[in-house]
Amino acid sequence: MDLQTTIYLVVGATFALYIGIAIWARAGSTSEFYAAGGSVPPVMNGMATAADWMSAASFISMAGLISNMGYGGGLFLMGWTGGYVLLACLLAPYLRKFGKFTVPQFIGDRFYSKSASTVAVVCLLTASLTYIIGQMTGVGVAFSRFLGVSSETGIYVGMAIVFAYAVFGGMKGITYTQVAQYIVLIIAYIIPAVFISIMLTGVPIPQLGLGATVSGTDVSMLTRLDQVVTDLGFGKYTTTTAGSTLNMFVYTMSLMIGTAGLPHVIMRFFTVPNVAAARASAGWALVFIALLYTTAPAVAAMAKLNLFGSVNSAVGIQNDPSGGLKVNPEVIKAKADLYAAEASLKYEARPDWMKRWEKTGLLKFEDKNGDGRIQYYNDKTKNPEAKAKADAAGWKGNELTVNADIVVLANPEIALLPNWVIALVAAGGLAAALSTAAGLLMAISAAISHDLVKGVFKPDISEKGELMAGKIAMAVSIVVAGYLGLNPPGFAAGTVALAFGIAASSLFPAIMMGIFSKKMNKEGAMAGMLAGLFITLFYVFAHKGIFFIKGTDYLGVIGGANSFFGITPEAFGGIGALVNFIVAFAVDKVTKEPPEHIQHMVEAVRIPRGSKAVDGAH
Amino acid sequence: MKYEHDAQGYWKATLGLITKVLAIWFLCSFGAGILFADALNGISLGGYPLGFWFAHQGSMYIFVGLIFWYAKKMGDIDREFDVHED
Repeated sequence: MDLQTTIYLVVGATFALYIGIAIWARAGSTSEFYAAGGSVPPVMNGMATAADWMSAASFISMAGLISNMGYGGGLFLMGWTGGYVLLACLLAPYLRKFGKFTVPQFIGDRFYSKSASTVAVVCLLTASLTYIIGQMTGVGVAFSRFLGVSSETGIYVGMAIVFAYAVFGGMKGITYTQVAQYIVLIIAYIIPAVFISIMLTGVPIPQLGLGATVSGTDVSMLTRLDQVVTDLGFGKYTTTTAGSTLNMFVYTMSLMIGTAGLPHVIMRFFTVPNVAAARASAGWALVFIALLYTTAPAVAAMAKLNLFGSVNSAVGIQNDPSGGLKVNPEVIKAKADLYAAEASLKYEARPDWMKRWEKTGLLKFEDKNGDGRIQYYNDKTKNPEAKAKADAAGWKGNELTVNADIVVLANPEIALLPNWVIALVAAGGLAAALSTAAGLLMAISAAISHDLVKGVFKPDISEKGELMAGKIAMAVSIVVAGYLGLNPPGFAAGTVALAFGIAASSLFPAIMMGIFSKKMNKEGAMAGMLAGLFITLFYVFAHKGIFFIKGTDYLGVIGGANSFFGITPEAFGGIGALVNFIVAFAVDKVTKEPPEHIQHMVEAVRIPRGSKAVDGAH
Repeated sequence: MKYEHDAQGYWKATLGLITKVLAIWFLCSFGAGILFADALNGISLGGYPLGFWFAHQGSMYIFVGLIFWYAKKMGDIDREFDVHED
């Protein structure tokens, strides 16, 4: 069977599965629609949370980013997993005990103020909408690359599928579909990694393969990678960081706090039966996330070594013409010269996978010195030794550019794995994008129908009416998200930083203080949220333009790029959160304390006994 | 009021546990994975430099263990102060 047919079959089968689950799990009440009736067991909820959390970006882009960044890429790994520790012990159990559907509802009730709840709705919508644009674009890309349809068609198909199971199934439908999507995506991620780990090191577990020796030698994989990249003028893989240590520190903190503050993640903990289940559920979510996140650095390092090996025979890892990768231990032991003229691959002899990716424009070759061979090195190196060697070899600049996104997608092709594995990776990428899109849509629709329509405009709405409003809000959000996916605003790429920045600087501190500080009042909480949000937006917009409009950046005002101790705008959410806390406590000190019944409510939230099914009463 | 006393004791025990959890959380990621990574890289764990291992692998394993340990300990505290769910 040819590759295209296999892909259609595998992807078609997974879609049929998702829709089948949705029909089985139709939601009948608002409680089922928003919180799956509070009946999802922790292990399943953990899987659904993992699928919800791991987006197309985690599945497709993260390993590529790490591959490029080396050690410094660890900030994504630690940041996106460490947030679950914060969730588990600071937020999830208490929010579950509170027993309402949404994050704005908690903030509104705890700070006895509709304005506080409205500020939270605005933060939630901004964070979720910016996030979903990327997912929809990801769906389009995955469809167009694997199914050979245009990216527009891809987005329409994606919208129809999400519509089918999110609108009718609500949180219940989404949760059980996400369990299936998790299984699809994790299998798709791990199988190619296992094959490649075996080919390079003989160890079938990629996490151990990363620390093992290259087959037939006593040189460890990472040592070999360090030798190759430093010899070619790049920074050492195991120690390089892009910015300062302080920036890595703050960036990691931002991602952790942002993860814990993202509403679509928090919402998941309303779907479990009780407080103890909320704690365990965070642990299970992290188990399932870590399965992919600990594989990613192995994929990253191995893909990097493979790529260098593919174009330079002196690396000692080559594409085997008969299929797969072949380690050449003699070459590694002899420390062959990477700059030898015949070591660089002849362009004419490049492997098939390179030819395929050249067509997409994501991999480019330019023969700068006209020798018909591919020289791949760092031509801007500060390492004089590497520079001297390159000059002596007559190299006239780096000739190969590789987009980081192809690392995961091309991996099975580089290792020449069977067609069904490639089809599975396609289905996995789609599962990752669809599951995250559905979770975000749920958070958006709940904020609109529950917090705005019921909470502010029409408190007397019937349950049936609210359910209808929720479904309409979801349908409208899908259309808006689809539209934004089709016409991505120029700023799409910069917005992920904003989503995390907002979650970290506004929502997380407000929720945490609402639980851990009995005396925190509405004035303090609102001033904190607004200050954190404002300072974060101010810093991000200074770099990227006001609302990401080109030409409106004002770096001069803040004294140049990364002027705040060298911290990048992506990392600034951590500082925003700190400002939020400081302002909130300062304002709290000078205003009057919250009413008695609110303090009693906080005491009740802290104690697990008496948790009941989640309901939406205001 | 007895309830009041119990609630305070319970909350104190809870905060004590959370402090321990967050101290470990901080030490393995921000400590070993970032601040002391360079120093730890001198030690190797199999083929891994230790600081790099903490940043790319170790922290995540510790996080997972940490959450389950926290969940278990919290369960014990809940029962000790008799505030657990049925």
